[in-house]
Amino acid sequence: MKQFLTFVRKEFAHVLRDRKTLLILFGMPVVQILIFGFALTSEVKNSRVLIVDNANDVASRQLLTKIEASQYFEVDRSVMSPLQMEAAFREGEIKMAIVFPANFNEDLLHQNQAHVQIVTDASDPNTATSLTNYVSSIIQDYQASLNQTLSVPLRILPETRFIYNPQLKGVYNYVPGVMALVLMLVCVMMTAVSIVREKETGTMEVLLVSPFKPVLVILSKAVPYLILSLVNVGTILLMSIFVLDLPVAGNLLLLLAESTLFIITCLTLGIFISIKTNSQQVAMLISLMGMLLPTMLFSGFMFPIENMPWPLQIISNIVPSKWYYLIVKAVMIKGLGFSAIWKETLILAGMTLFLFVVSLKNFKIRLA
Amino acid sequence: MRTIFFLLQKEFKQIFRNRAILVMISVMPVVQLMVLPLAANYEVKNINLCVVDHDHSTTSQKLINKITSSGYFKLTGNASSFHEAFPLMESDAADLILEVPQHFERNLVREDEQKLFVAVNAINGTKANLGGAYLGSIIRDYNREIRLEWNVPGRFNAAPLIDISSSNWFNPLLNYRVFMVPGILAILVTMIGGFLTALNIVKEKEVGTIEQINVTPLRKHHFILGKLIPFWVLGNVVFTLGLLVAWAIYGIVPVGNLIVLYVFVGVYLLAVLGFGLLVSTVCETQQQAMFIMFFFMMIFILMGGLFTPIDSMPEWAKLISRFNPVSYLISVMRMVVLKGSDLYDVRIHLGIVALFAVVLNGWAVLNYKKTS
Repeated sequence: MKQFLTFVRKEFAHVLRDRKTLLILFGMPVVQILIFGFALTSEVKNSRVLIVDNANDVASRQLLTKIEASQYFEVDRSVMSPLQMEAAFREGEIKMAIVFPANFNEDLLHQNQAHVQIVTDASDPNTATSLTNYVSSIIQDYQASLNQTLSVPLRILPETRFIYNPQLKGVYNYVPGVMALVLMLVCVMMTAVSIVREKETGTMEVLLVSPFKPVLVILSKAVPYLILSLVNVGTILLMSIFVLDLPVAGNLLLLLAESTLFIITCLTLGIFISIKTNSQQVAMLISLMGMLLPTMLFSGFMFPIENMPWPLQIISNIVPSKWYYLIVKAVMIKGLGFSAIWKETLILAGMTLFLFVVSLKNFKIRLA
Repeated sequence: MRTIFFLLQKEFKQIFRNRAILVMISVMPVVQLMVLPLAANYEVKNINLCVVDHDHSTTSQKLINKITSSGYFKLTGNASSFHEAFPLMESDAADLILEVPQHFERNLVREDEQKLFVAVNAINGTKANLGGAYLGSIIRDYNREIRLEWNVPGRFNAAPLIDISSSNWFNPLLNYRVFMVPGILAILVTMIGGFLTALNIVKEKEVGTIEQINVTPLRKHHFILGKLIPFWVLGNVVFTLGLLVAWAIYGIVPVGNLIVLYVFVGVYLLAVLGFGLLVSTVCETQQQAMFIMFFFMMIFILMGGLFTPIDSMPEWAKLISRFNPVSYLISVMRMVVLKGSDLYDVRIHLGIVALFAVVLNGWAVLNYKKTS
């Protein structure tokens, strides 16, 4: 035991000596929370919209004021030929064009029907659909205001209540997501490199000939990273509470215990990668390029997993961060207890055990 | 010139000798490009719905049928009370609970107005918003049907109507994959280029071989060029592979000119490689280089407009994204591939990326010292 502690202290010294890496390790969650909390929104706002108002009459101007007042658009009024309009779209200057025909008001008053044409840059389908919907609803509102005198019979009024997140804030989804993302990547990357580096620089030989069990060598490498990662969990939680106003609804101790389990899963995965590879470069490429995008996509916090084709839904099951994301969501936001997450916990524990056994089996005491 | 030639020979040999790296740069982007766009989809469908029907009338039954047959909702549960339905929401078995009050049908006729209660799991705000909106529009449609069916004609006057016709340019079918593939390819090219250069030079430092290069009469810019050119070539190879995958799997053929794409990517790669070089001059170990690259890559990707539009970001974030080379590549890729933008349309982007290339490489050369 004393030997083990000495080794842990040695590994700690190694980690703490590398200031640049430490800075990144602790800076990462902070920056991520800030980006996710304040910069990213899938809502579409401030889109540049070209208005071609061929009518310039009462109705079109009234409608335009309403559109300009909306935060969704940044309106640019200028008359363009269809050719110029296409060029503006191709240069990416505008996302949408709204065209009012001449005689807009006249048509509306005398024929009871007027036309508006919307052209969107659908290369981004999400933005295009949202913008079309926004404009349509503004136009419908305007239309309804014209019809105020008529009363509508037989109305069914849905009353919607948003549970857990009444203001529809992004952070409710992003904070658990960032925890699943940052912990996974950081833990895997750190351990993946640590053992293979000893192999590459030749110090592994020294460790192996020492009268110290190889398993303990590996464990002593994992301990400092476990502690660093717990500090990261703490940072994220503190920022979430004090910066983003998102408190922990459930049991904090349960959340920390589950986080520890998840960190251990990821550290074991890193160790497995480290044992299977021979150079730091390969270990890094696997843990980083192989994991960055899949973790981002398969955790389920950016894109709902149930919308993916079924083979991908199956693949998503082997991504540990998916299960951790479900756990954090349940404990932190829904405020549920262990009975709600025992299945996810069991899966993570199973993964850890599996990775641990496989790593141990593959660990060679002799270097080739 | 001859020095560079020999240097290149050495670098290429070193790269090709490492099988694992080769597999990594050829297979991984292809696989990721094949799989990831399928996963990155904002479309919301299969919303799990739980119904609490206190009315059990024809009207409520018809409404529920209409909702479940819309294709967006999946009826995953029936409960006799909201209390009974709520655990389904807790366990994610239901995203949405629809509660029809007692005497819904009767009161609708009598009072001309009835309420429906909808509870939405809003942890994922986007999904909740869309799910609620879909449900709302189905209910509105149903309402209109009822009105037509039940109403005494003549009670309803014709009102002025604004007819909206919309056309979706460049991607009429609103195919989300067509939008994602060029963006993901941009990320892959960036990662390959940036990481490989950063790691490669730091490795020489860590292993000590850089000392040997430092004592040779090799000029600084020779060394830099020797490192840049092979990765520049590799980056272009990966890019070409990616375009082939996009065409073979997703049927995406760039609308614009391929030459425009290659010109832009060529310049862009110089910028990214310059960034990799810069990172490697700052770091002593591969681990440091990797973490620093990872840090920036994360910011670049998240703020590059890949998943969320840059226009919607707050001003400070927009300002940051102006210094994000990835955002330029993503937008140019989408412009050329989807809209057929030409060199003139992307001139500003190209200019900025070229500036990045000059600044980053210049900085890296200044930072690189032959003596340690």
